[in-house]
Amino acid sequence: MNTLTETATATGSSIASVAASVAPPAMRRTNLATDTWNVLVRELRPVMRDPFSALFSLIQPLIFLGLFGPLLVASSGAPAGETLQWFVPGILVMVALFGTASTGANLLSEMQTGSHERTLVAPLSRSALLIGRALKEVVPLTVQAVLVCLVALPFGFTVNVPGLLIGLVLLAIFGIGFGALSYSVALACRSRDWMFWVIHQTLIFPLMILSGMLLPLDDGPAWMKVAAAVNPLSYVVDAERALFAGSLAEIAVLGGFIAALATAAVGLAVGIRAMRRF
Amino acid sequence: MIRARGLGKTFPAKGGGVQAVKSFDLDVERGELVAFLGPNGAGKSTTLRLLTTLLPATSGEATVVGCDIRRDPAGVRRSIGYIGQGDSAGHSQRVRDELLSQGAFYGLSRRDTLARADELIESLDLGALAHRQVQALSGGQKRRLDIALGLIHRPELLFLDEPSTGLDPQSRANLWQHIVDLRNRYGTTIFLTTHYLDEADQLAERVMVMDHGTVIADDTATALKDSLAGDLITLSFETATDAAAAASHIGGTAVGTRVTLTTHRGEEAVPHLIRSLDDARIPLVGVTHRQPTLDDVFLALTGRSLREEGQAHANNTENNNENNNENNNENNTEEAAA
Repeated sequence: MNTLTETATATGSSIASVAASVAPPAMRRTNLATDTWNVLVRELRPVMRDPFSALFSLIQPLIFLGLFGPLLVASSGAPAGETLQWFVPGILVMVALFGTASTGANLLSEMQTGSHERTLVAPLSRSALLIGRALKEVVPLTVQAVLVCLVALPFGFTVNVPGLLIGLVLLAIFGIGFGALSYSVALACRSRDWMFWVIHQTLIFPLMILSGMLLPLDDGPAWMKVAAAVNPLSYVVDAERALFAGSLAEIAVLGGFIAALATAAVGLAVGIRAMRRF
Repeated sequence: MIRARGLGKTFPAKGGGVQAVKSFDLDVERGELVAFLGPNGAGKSTTLRLLTTLLPATSGEATVVGCDIRRDPAGVRRSIGYIGQGDSAGHSQRVRDELLSQGAFYGLSRRDTLARADELIESLDLGALAHRQVQALSGGQKRRLDIALGLIHRPELLFLDEPSTGLDPQSRANLWQHIVDLRNRYGTTIFLTTHYLDEADQLAERVMVMDHGTVIADDTATALKDSLAGDLITLSFETATDAAAAASHIGGTAVGTRVTLTTHRGEEAVPHLIRSLDDARIPLVGVTHRQPTLDDVFLALTGRSLREEGQAHANNTENNNENNNENNNENNTEEAAA
């Protein structure tokens, strides 16, 4: 109490003398691209500062490749190379799915403190907040993709490099949309964070299985095929398989891009609406 | 700096909606320091969120630093600084990194950002912490970082929502030192909400009181106290009979062995009261004289005490914050002393 009073009296006397204001630093107009870049850089800074956690994230796709791959090879009866050709693109879609689905989880802690609010008061475009955060998950995905491909190469897997690059762009577009949806769920669940995980777990596994990512749906019951046909992720998975195999002009690639762009459009629309509402 | 007319916010709810802010009018001139008081749920934070474009208003209009909150929210955001109730730095981020990101968010050049970050790190005593992770900072250190983040673009107008809630007395004093310095040096206009009446009393020359979504008083602290609450004089006696006799002689209310009375210029009234009781041969045991506080003002306006509600809130915030647990005791002692 005394401290406060003394400070107050010491400085209170000079309150009336308002010094000439100093010119603020020049502020350039920002746009969607610079805003997105700045959000992305902010999100990546802790990753760069703690490379160990980034390295650790590389292990997950390798676990799937190492533990699920041999089972798939054994049960299909086809040569390992052929099975991996089918399976590796699926692993990368899965990594993208899980990574961008957690965009909202990262946001939950920022919402419970005030740092999300701070970014909302900053002159950042709302879309940049969504896109920048989703892209943060795409950057490690690139490294993961290269690593998985390298590990699979000795087992007869072949990769078409332009196809891989286009495939990553496709995953980034899908990831922006899916990340934005995850962000909206987090906003809607901000006062009950367990709810976020309930929704996350309830949706992510059906989406994953019904896309034919890990196991082919060709021999599944008809209702599963119908479900897969309305799952945008199925088209992304099919497109990735075509791209990795080097069939860049296949109709599946177009289907994948349409599905990814539609997801991005819906995700951003819902996300921006959620940000205005909550 | 701020001009609001009929600003209102109704939250949708069952049975017609909750009117959090009812027709709010406000004019704040450049360089003013305005303290915005009121109990929890009075609508202070909602008002702040309307003015900072965090929430869309449901009625009325406002311009903030010359920008209309509806038509040019981006313009408002560029011109203001806002320091909210929570920690505004990401917990996994490092102190200096957050300042660099914040500079980029406001469109500062790389060189300006670096210069501003280092300047703020120095002036807010964050030097030793610049490369620390935010989650490792104490409550007071986090608050200083919040201020630094809010000031990166040197805004002309700074909004602070409960800046000192949950801080120990020393950190509070330190925080205030920075806010007052800022104002003296750059003439920054400051609009803040607080639960701590002593802060508003000592530091702001203009006090606004809000209750149930409306502003119920707006004046200098001194004027509010003079017009709404007088000095409180308490006289103690040996027996209740003496107290009752004294009350009938000099006025006031007798409760047990005490008589309390409210008056203007209490220091002049006390000698007069003592002489008068002497003449009436009523033996007096003790006298206390207390200047009115803003809490008395609030009590006079609403019939409720702001201090109790504010204190309950402050303790809650602290209990949620593990780092601040040790501060809790200090703060309680301090409140008891006050």
